[in-house]
Amino acid sequence: MNSHPLNEWITPEIQDRNERILKRPPVLDIQKLHKSFEHKGKPVEVLREIDFTAYKREFICVVGPSGCGKSTLARLVAGLETIDDGQILMDGEAVKAPGPDRGMVFQSYSLFPWMTVKDNVMFGLVESGMSKLTAESEALQWIDLVGLEKFADSYPHQLSGGMKQRVAIIRALANQPKVLLMDEPFAALDPKNRLKMQQYLLEIWQNIDITIFFITHDLDEAIYLADRILVLDAHPGRVKEVVNVPLPRPREEETFLSPAFMATKVYLESLVHHEDEEVEDMEDKLKMVRMVSVNSDVPDIF
Amino acid sequence: MSINFSTWFTPRTPLDKPSKRLLTFGSFAIPLLLWCLFSYAPFLWHPQVEITQSGGVSYFREGTLVDKEVFQKVVDKKVAENPGIDVSELPQGIPSNPVYLPAPHEVATAFYTAFTTPPKRSNEPWLHESLWHSIQVIAWGFFWAMLFGVPLGVLAGTYASASHIIEPFTEFFRYLPAPAFGALAVAILGIYDAPKIAIIFIGTFFQMVLIVAATTRKLNIALVEASLTLGCKGLRMIRRVILPGILPDLYRDMRILLGWAWTYLIVAELIGTSSGITWFITQQARYKNFDNVFAAILIIGIIGLVTDIILARLGKRLFPWHNSK
Ligand SMILES: Nc1ncnc2c1ncn2[C@@H]1O[C@H](COP(=O)(O)OP(=O)(O)OP(=O)(O)O)[C@@H](O)[C@H]1O
Ligand SMILES: [Mg+2]
Repeated sequence: MNSHPLNEWITPEIQDRNERILKRPPVLDIQKLHKSFEHKGKPVEVLREIDFTAYKREFICVVGPSGCGKSTLARLVAGLETIDDGQILMDGEAVKAPGPDRGMVFQSYSLFPWMTVKDNVMFGLVESGMSKLTAESEALQWIDLVGLEKFADSYPHQLSGGMKQRVAIIRALANQPKVLLMDEPFAALDPKNRLKMQQYLLEIWQNIDITIFFITHDLDEAIYLADRILVLDAHPGRVKEVVNVPLPRPREEETFLSPAFMATKVYLESLVHHEDEEVEDMEDKLKMVRMVSVNSDVPDIF
Repeated sequence: MSINFSTWFTPRTPLDKPSKRLLTFGSFAIPLLLWCLFSYAPFLWHPQVEITQSGGVSYFREGTLVDKEVFQKVVDKKVAENPGIDVSELPQGIPSNPVYLPAPHEVATAFYTAFTTPPKRSNEPWLHESLWHSIQVIAWGFFWAMLFGVPLGVLAGTYASASHIIEPFTEFFRYLPAPAFGALAVAILGIYDAPKIAIIFIGTFFQMVLIVAATTRKLNIALVEASLTLGCKGLRMIRRVILPGILPDLYRDMRILLGWAWTYLIVAELIGTSSGITWFITQQARYKNFDNVFAAILIIGIIGLVTDIILARLGKRLFPWHNSK
């Protein structure tokens, strides 16, 4: 344990905080989870024996190479995919189907285009049996919170990408889920907007009782946001390591420049090193291309 | 704003207003112009001759149409028999088009007189009555098709199970030509409007189920999944997410299918007691009143176009969120 390269950055306060988190009640408990998909008649193992526990009000980020099953994991937790083996417990109860206790924000915009911003946010509230009037006033409070008062009666197609994702987030949060699942929600935003959204999200998270399970392939984003980072391995997806982020809270923009941040990033890169894989892949493909004769008149370009 | 021709040839680029107007105008003006040219320019086509003077030929009566070659042969024969014949004693005529291509002004006149001329027999309907009858048959047939077709299509598009129980048979039935059921429909439903409505129903219902199912399946799955994670499911989801989500496309489907319903009208109106606008057309064609035929076809076209324009305008109002997609 002492030999862990990030230990030198874990200050007593951070250590103390981490220990306190682990003493909280577990909210999301993933146990020995397996998942395969059928591909051309053959089963392809996507997730193998995933074990992970998220505690109350924790901010978890999930990183891993492309195709390692991050989205699949989130969809399993949401109940949008069926579990092959193992189980997922929410507050001790096994997950069987989608439910309002697990909100989800998708990468692609998933607002209902025929509803105004207000109606989108009210959707889950009305579904849970709340009266229209109460739902409306509650929705407006959420809309205020993310600074979209002016757009309460606009349709989604009138909003920018960042605004849409803000609405998607409060639509999920209005339902007061225990866990908020986010699958690369800011991937389509430009860097400046992304940072703003990350700050929004942290602020909201600090102020309400919610556990966030945030999927990303952007390591900076993961480090900036998370308490702990779940690093997955690919083919099949397995837990490689759960990394404690050695950064104090609250996090500021300067956090990105701190030595602890850099060290964490270097360490995570060594764990994920998905760039290497892609380059290797590319090399292979290039070799294949080179084997094809280009033009018999010109045997060699040199 | 002026016309920007470069946008005319750029794929999927919206046009400026004057271009739109010009092209829409041209879309009607060009066929009309061609029609006028063929009708009024004697050197274009005009394969027949309308006799203006019989010249003593027994079967040349004034106003009859004969082929150019026949006419020429007769004239040549006359000249050969009597080389010194005076030109005024020869048969004479003017180039004209066959009876099935009346000129625009004839159709325009027919268009007017068709509504003002009383029917030949007192028990026959006026044109506007025929028309109204046709519209009712279409409306009822389409109504019944929608009443059953839309819910079945939405179910089939939503649940794989419903798709497997509904679609194979529908797919099979859709290939059976609706007219083939004419006699059967009369035997079962009698000779009045019921079998006609049934033909419209058969012609549109099966297509409708399949088209609505396909439209429903095209709904962004993320919307369905989002609603699931927000605690919405079952019939409630169909009502609150799937139906509103597909509504603009469903509306467009119905506009297209309504056009098909008109195609089946001609069959529908020939079975049982003949009636309606297409019966009027068939009958006028039999009497060779092609100006009336064209007028009636024009009426159907205008009704179709006007309904479609109204529905399109209405659609824009009904689905304000849809225009940006
Ligand atoms: N519905 C499905 N049917 C078949 N295979 C699937 C299905 N969904 C995902 N897969 C496969 O499972 C693997 C993991 O997919 P997943 O989307 O979870 O990866 P990911 O980690 O989210 O990737 P990315 O970072 O690119 O989003 C991929 O190889 C994918 O092809
Ligand atoms: Mg993914």
